[in-house]
Amino acid sequence: MNLIRLWAVSRKEFVQIRRDARSLYLAFILPLILVLIFGYAITFDIRDIHMAVFDQSRSQASRRLIEVFEGSGYFTVVAYLDGYDAASGALETSAARLVLIIPPTFASDLSKETGASLQLLVDGADANTATIAQNYAEAIVAGYSADIVLKGRRVQFPVAAESRIWYNETLESRNMIVPGLVAVIMSIIAAMLTALTVAREWERGTMEQLAATPVHRLEIIVGKLLPYVGIGILDVAVASCVAVFLFDVPFRGSVLLLGMLTLLFLVGALGLGIFISAAVKTQVLATQVAMIATLLPALLLSGFIFTIATMPLALRAITYVVPARYYVAVTKGIFLKGVGASVLWVDAVAMIVFALIGLSLAIGVFKKEIA
Amino acid sequence: MRRVAPSRVRELVKKEFRQLLRDPRTRAVIFVAPLIQLVMFGYAVNTDIRDTATFVVDLDQTAVSREFVTAFQSTGYFRIIDRSQRPAALTEALNSGRAIVGIEIPVGFARELSSGHTATIQLVFDGTHSNSATVAQGYAQRIVQRFALDHASVSGPLPQGGVDLRVRAWYNPNLQSRVYNVPAVVGVIIMMVCLLLTALAVVRERELGTLDQLVVSPLTPEELMLGKTLPVAAIGVADLILISSMAVLWFDIPLRGPRIALFVAALLYILAGLAVGLLISTISKTQQEAFMSMFLFLQPAIILSGFFYPISSMPPVFQWITLLNPVRHFLEIIRTIFLKGEGVIGLWPEYLAITVIALAALRLAVVRFPKTMAS
Repeated sequence: MNLIRLWAVSRKEFVQIRRDARSLYLAFILPLILVLIFGYAITFDIRDIHMAVFDQSRSQASRRLIEVFEGSGYFTVVAYLDGYDAASGALETSAARLVLIIPPTFASDLSKETGASLQLLVDGADANTATIAQNYAEAIVAGYSADIVLKGRRVQFPVAAESRIWYNETLESRNMIVPGLVAVIMSIIAAMLTALTVAREWERGTMEQLAATPVHRLEIIVGKLLPYVGIGILDVAVASCVAVFLFDVPFRGSVLLLGMLTLLFLVGALGLGIFISAAVKTQVLATQVAMIATLLPALLLSGFIFTIATMPLALRAITYVVPARYYVAVTKGIFLKGVGASVLWVDAVAMIVFALIGLSLAIGVFKKEIA
Repeated sequence: MRRVAPSRVRELVKKEFRQLLRDPRTRAVIFVAPLIQLVMFGYAVNTDIRDTATFVVDLDQTAVSREFVTAFQSTGYFRIIDRSQRPAALTEALNSGRAIVGIEIPVGFARELSSGHTATIQLVFDGTHSNSATVAQGYAQRIVQRFALDHASVSGPLPQGGVDLRVRAWYNPNLQSRVYNVPAVVGVIIMMVCLLLTALAVVRERELGTLDQLVVSPLTPEELMLGKTLPVAAIGVADLILISSMAVLWFDIPLRGPRIALFVAALLYILAGLAVGLLISTISKTQQEAFMSMFLFLQPAIILSGFFYPISSMPPVFQWITLLNPVRHFLEIIRTIFLKGEGVIGLWPEYLAITVIALAALRLAVVRFPKTMAS
């Protein structure tokens, strides 16, 4: 590899990037806009769950129960119903997510030995929200029930659990989302930046000119990569600053380590883009392949939203070839957990392997010679 | 719109079809990729808490403490991956991500319990696992409560009575998240196919210089637009049928509503997708730019669609913004048709919204298109 020729290729690529000013702006603005949107918009907190009540008891006890539900902050009573048809209607039209049915004998049953029973209909379609809502409802009813039974007497429970949420004590959704999001966005952007660079040369016919020069294909691949590594590093820096300074996401690890691992990750992800570009040779196809290979895998198979550990074995195996997986672990680890190289070395090794494979595939498939 | 000659449109549609389906790699992108994606992501989109990796530090080492751990294990929600007697090991397990829940039982747990005092258990959850932590915490507290009640009744009679809550989940009795999420994956894949096939369609011809040839041909911009969109619309519909059949056959997702309602919604949705794609294609100067603009649209469209984050939890401003998002409306429609068996009538606001969005985007593309050809 000749450094002068390498530098020349890089400079040429850089000039070309600068000429397409709108793409360059997009490369910087994209991560910024996305982090801003998601940082403000997304929250996991499930509050104000719409609930309807069919109160057949109409007693002081039932009104007290409804008050407890409303007072918890998790539920908002949107309708009082007067029949079972209305109850099913409320769920069908999604007017309410759950319907609490209080039987006519509720108040009198409370004083009996057998106790009273309540029915709760839950819209199970969104299983996740339904599970959380159900947990809240059960806790509320358990508390209410204890009040009734004990009538003010104090009881000592033999076991108490002291729950703590580590790394994100307040369960702030933003803290959970933003670090992983930076990783997801960057893995898509990285592939996007380089996916067209070789295909473009083929389509525009400039590959022939490159072929006529003495540059080696290794120099072309690495030379093309360098300017994009610069853009990628800047992107990560900007997005991280927004996360830390605007959204107050904790940054507990080392900046230097994040920088080094980002570099590793970028080489692999950008290399993947170049590989796609060199393999398919047209920009349209390169776009399609790059989009399919990165967008949904980075979102769904990286552990960003869906926990990898709960996936079926075959799918877990597939996640190992999704580079975003390692980088999500790195950003979450450094931002939130504050872990260092002693934990992240596994991901670092994986990313090095990935970068080496990506680059050698790109170099292997890249044929400078004009057929 | 000026007059459109059906014969010219037909020829153009034929040519576009041939161009799209000629290359085996493009055929793979159009038909094979969506299928593979559906199967892969269908398995991934699972938020059910099962076998959550749990690390136990049992400093008490008594029959009671082991019983407590078994109570966790037997529910199926928690899987004990390892045990240790060093609290530091728990920290290491969570730091490295091997476990996402930790249980620490203090020395003297059994003694406290039998002496009538309150024994305290430490439960630790990995807060970087967005959703799992909240749900797992709910389950854990219930398990502890039940354990406490069992042991309270041993030490003395418990007051009788109280309230018993009977919960029934409709539409999805086992509360499986996959049933809800696979239809959403269908929606996202369809949008992606539409954009991938249109966003580069015009800008590519311009970059290659073939747009000039089209301009000097007798084709009007309207005819050209129709010729570019009709084949993609057909492919979109074919993909929808392909992958929603897959959702039903492979993942056993119940399709309870009328098929025709789903078909109508899909047609409108595909139209909206095509229009957005064409708009991107006419605005962009280079294919690189079109690619990035497509991502700039698609990523927020997916995240702000209610796919993983409920829209009702977003700040009001963003809830308003999501009204402009065709993906949001289509996911609402497809999920409701699949799970609740609703038809067009019950979902009319969503149908109306998606129609308006499709027409507005088409209108913008129609206005923009001739200008691109002229420039």
